[in-house]
This record gives sequence, C-alpha cells and structure tokens, in this order.
Amino acid sequence: MDKVTYNNRIIYLFLLLSFGFWFLTPPLFCTEEPSIKGFLQTNYSARITGMKLPGAKRQELMLGEERGRLEGSYYPSNVKVGFDMRADVFHDWVEDGWGVSLREGYMDYLMDKFDVRIGRQTVTWGAGDLLFINDVFPKDWEALYSGRPLEYLKQGVDAGKFNIYTDLASAEFIVIPHFTPDNLPSVGRFFFFDPYPNIMNREVEKPKTTFGNTEYALKIYRSLDGTDLSAYAYKGFYRAPAMRADNFISPTTISHFYPELAVYGASLQKSALGGVVSAECGYYDSMDDRNGKNPGIENSQSKFLIGYQKAFQNDLTIGLQYYDELMSQYKEYKANLPPAFFRKKQLHQYITLRVTKLLKYQTVKLSLFTFYSPDEEDFFITPEASIKVTDNALLALGANIFTGVKDNTTFGQQHKNSNLYVLTKYSF
Amino acid sequence: MRNIKILIMILALGTIWIKASFPGDALTPEEIVRACYAHFYYAGNDMKARILMKLIDKGGQERIRDLTMLKKNYAEGGEQKYFIYFHQPSDVKDTTFMVYKYPDRDDDRWLFIPAINLVKRIAANDKYSSFVGSDFSYEDVSGRKLQEDTYRLLKEEELNGKGCYIIESLPKGSAEYTKRISWIDKVNYLPLKEEFYDKQGELYRQFEAFEIKDINGIPTATKRVMKNTKTGHRTEVTFQSTEYNLGIGNDIFSERYLRRPPAEWIK
Repeated sequence: MDKVTYNNRIIYLFLLLSFGFWFLTPPLFCTEEPSIKGFLQTNYSARITGMKLPGAKRQELMLGEERGRLEGSYYPSNVKVGFDMRADVFHDWVEDGWGVSLREGYMDYLMDKFDVRIGRQTVTWGAGDLLFINDVFPKDWEALYSGRPLEYLKQGVDAGKFNIYTDLASAEFIVIPHFTPDNLPSVGRFFFFDPYPNIMNREVEKPKTTFGNTEYALKIYRSLDGTDLSAYAYKGFYRAPAMRADNFISPTTISHFYPELAVYGASLQKSALGGVVSAECGYYDSMDDRNGKNPGIENSQSKFLIGYQKAFQNDLTIGLQYYDELMSQYKEYKANLPPAFFRKKQLHQYITLRVTKLLKYQTVKLSLFTFYSPDEEDFFITPEASIKVTDNALLALGANIFTGVKDNTTFGQQHKNSNLYVLTKYSF
Repeated sequence: MRNIKILIMILALGTIWIKASFPGDALTPEEIVRACYAHFYYAGNDMKARILMKLIDKGGQERIRDLTMLKKNYAEGGEQKYFIYFHQPSDVKDTTFMVYKYPDRDDDRWLFIPAINLVKRIAANDKYSSFVGSDFSYEDVSGRKLQEDTYRLLKEEELNGKGCYIIESLPKGSAEYTKRISWIDKVNYLPLKEEFYDKQGELYRQFEAFEIKDINGIPTATKRVMKNTKTGHRTEVTFQSTEYNLGIGNDIFSERYLRRPPAEWIK
C-alpha cells in the first residue's frame, strides 16, 4: 500500500534533473507534444467477517481512498532520449491523510541495438498468472488482497536497466542499488498469523544502500518458431522479512531482516493444444541458510509451474495453473522448527483457475480467480464484475474471500480478512 | 520474395484477364473468392493505417477505438504479421497488440500492458470473438481460409452501379455463420457487401464497404460498417490514412517494439 510518507532518495534528484532537461530542451529538437493522460479513482474495501481487528484505525474499512493519477511521456521521434512519469496523489481514509506516490519516473536512452532505462520502473518477468517464480521484483500483497486494481500489485524499483538486442537472443540486465521490500499484510489493516503475538516492539532492518548490497537481475530471451523462451538469474534479497530471535522457543526480543537470495530459472510459453501453454521453473538459493537449520529464514526451494489458457468462442477464456515448491533440507527444517511456527509440507502446491467472460460488446466483464492449496487446504477466491459505463468510466464490484482449514496457512490465516470492494474510475 | 509476389500477381491477373475475355470460360466461384481475399486481406507487401472505429449501440451511444495498424504479408494467403497500437480510449492508450498469423495453425498473439510493463501471451483460437468490443470478429479482421467454405455463384448483379459477383459461402465445418452472401466487385475484387446468416437461417450481421479509394494503385475500402441486425449495434470504420509498401522491417514485429512502439511507425 502506498504509505503516507516522504523521503529524499536520490531518485527525486534524478527526476528533477530529468524533467528539468525535458522542459528546457524541446525547442532544440522538435515541436512534438508530450503525451499526457491520467485518471481519477475511488476504491473502498470493507471486511465482511464482522471481526474486530485489534489496533485498527478503521474497523471494517481495509481500504478507503480517492486517487488522482497523472502520466506524462515524451518520446520525440528524431532523438534517442525519452521520458516517462506516472504519479499519484491520494487521500487515505484508513490512515486519514494525504499522500503522493511516484509510481514510475524514468529516462530512456534508445539505440539501434541496445536501450538504457534509468529511474523508477516496473519490471514484470515470468510466465505465471499471479504466481511468481522468476519475477523477483517487489509486490504489494495488501493491494491484491484488498481489491485494488492489478497494476498496484507491482511496485516500481529504482534501477538501471540495460537491454541488448541481437539476432541470436536479447538480454535485459537490471541493477538495483536501493532495496524495496514487498508490502505484506500489516498491523492496522489485516489479520494475520504471528507466532509470537506478545512481542510487540520489533525492529525491521532493510539492506542498506551500499555497493555490496546492489541487486542484479538478468533475463536472456528469444522467440523460436512461436515459442517464447527465457532464462533468468537474480542475486539480491528475499522481499519478505525473515525473523531473528534471542531464542525461538520462548523469545524475549525479535527483529526482522531480509536475507540474501539468489534465483536461477527459465520459462517457456507457446501456442499448443488449442491454447497457450506456459511453464516456468526456478531454484531459490537461500544464501544465508544453505544448511536449512535457521528457522527464521526460508530454506532453499525448487519452484515449478505449468499453465494452460484457452479461449472459447464468445469472449470466454479459461486458465488453469499447477504450481509447486519443493523445500530443500526438509529434515533440518523439521528438526529446527519452533513449536509456535506453522509446519509447512515439503511440497507446497497451488492449483489456480481463472475464468473471464466478456459480455455486451466487451463492456461487461465477469471474472473469477481462485487459488487452492491441496497441502495447506486453503483457498483465496476473487470474483469480480465490472462494467464500462462509457469509454472513460469504469465501475467494478468484487470480493476477496479467504478460507482454510487451519488459521496459520498462507490464506487460512487471512480468513477474517474476507472483504468486498468497489472501484470507480474515470480515465482522461 | 517481392519479385515472386509481383510475378504471381501478374500471372493471377493475366489468368483473370484471359478468363474474363473469353465468355464461357469464366472464373470459378472459388477463384473469385480467392481473388477477393487476396485483394482485401493481402493487398501490398505491407500496410500502415490509422484506423478509427466507432462502436455505436442502438441508442446511439458511441465508443471509440483509435488505432494504428501495421501489417506485413509474407505470402499471399499465407503468413502475416500484425502490430496494433491504441491511441484511444485513454485507458488503453499505449497498449500494443501483436499477431503472427499462420495459414495452417492457430495465431500467436501478444498483448503489452503498459501499467505493469507486461507482455502477455494470449490464447488465440477464438476467431469468432469480438475484436476490441466491435461488431467485427478476429476472423473478419484477419480473414478466413479459402478451403473452409464451399462457394457457389448465385448471380451477377449491380450494386450501387458496380458490377458484382454474388457468391454464397457455406462452411464445411463449424463456423460462426451458416451462410454468407458476398457482393464482390468484378473490377477490383473487393467485397462491397456481405450478409451473414445464423442457424435459424436469419440475417444477423451485415457488412458494407461504402468508400473505395485508390491508394498507391491499390483499391482500398476506406470506409466500412458492420451492423448487427439483431441488436442494432454497429461499428463504423474509417481508414484515416493508409499507406502500402513502406518496407516495414521484420524487427518491428518483436517484443522490443511491443514494449516501446516506434514513434515513426505509429503516428
């Protein structure tokens, strides 16, 4: 969730310089106009379980905001430099305050065989649908769980990106000097499982912006006879925090940090079996806990997914995915697991289903997305109906339903967070 | 490649001329439809068009699809590549869409969603689904295979002063329609009017091309309308600017340009 905070990162200085450059230079190269667009949006989500959340600022309201977006881009056709910026101004009823959020702001340098992009940018990798293996970039899970539009699931990274295009293959190399964590369900908005609920004061330590903590991500890809092939590598940090405790049996102090992570993987997508087949795999090397004995840090894992999407006549599309993650050093995991923790299975699986139906000349959209985990026995179900009243005005109504046999599984722990949401959006 | 195409066209036109010059040895209905598909879907080596679609419901409410389409033909009746960039409406501005169309298998399709910088592979065997919410289906936009129907010349008659072949097409397998009647211009082989009939044998969609312009020597239907006669919804299409044989490179039809559409091609 965009936080109502301000900071003075180097990115702002960069943007100031970039946009200063933008405003100063147009007369030099051409008369082309920058492209401007945006939207106004209201988005509210209310918990429908009737449960009282301790410490919540607004009891039922999980999300309540009015938001304005402005997007500007400027790519003159006869120069190699372009700019793009997307920024939001919003009012948040839960925090009861105003905020500004720079969603993206970057400069492109476009050459014949390579491109460079510097600044805050969104990067999306991999072949999964809401299942991410090689997409190691920051996500906002609160946004997904409370019914915000999909684009808010992805957070920008402050990075430099280099693309090289050759006939053999293309490559994308990303350097991220400043760490951005995932935004996970947080105190004040969500119910979630905490193994040590009595320990309130917890420090969270983010990787400092130093040369040694720079994250690197590489993707090499090509299309071969209609098949999209990619290989990936990443070196950086887990974006969900790990736990440090004086002792895990009955701790008196707890702190959180982001352990080191390396990921290696590959993906494939092609038209087959009358639809689109996707497959992706990856190995998560938990560099700070390779022997698997530290219960506060995730063990290394092998992840795999396979998906199939088929379009039927009359604007009906159905997608199915199978996903699993296999834990390495499971024996050590079990041996060191504190009693307060949820004990995961060695093989954790998801099956997902997406159904999308468009009606009335595609002005009405009915969609359903369902996660089901057979080993954790829990569900996350998102039905949504949306209508385009005009080309510019959208109204959407949906629900996020969490249910599970246990209270401490991925979705089961959220069963008190089931919510209804409504979105209105006017684009201009 | 280009020379071979020109040679084939000369041969085809030669055949048409010879057949037209000798009564009693007329074109078969299939040859007429083949010529129609070639002129309507495969004109030129490549094409760039700025296309405005107005989607109008029976109450008169209008929606707009303003797009630039780049198309490259690799063989007549064969492989084609499409690149589409959306200018309007504003919520899909900068969205791009790419199709590789093959003669013998399903299309490959990719959609670029700028908000999350995602190139998404999308399922493609939905040729009867609506193209961007209009009355045109994907099949209407990119064409149907010649061998999918059987053809019969019903008669020859004038439509708005132009001599036409009236061809009936009956699908061999399952199709969106059960019968299609086409008015094909005898001179330029463009379809001037088409009627689509459903399972009950009732007319449900009607196509008309009501402005034909000569662009670089290629007759082009620059104003078209598809009307759903059952719902009263219609889609009016205007080719605001059309150019052929620009030498659009193969590299344009790639993920790179899907993510960053080349300004000089999409204006």
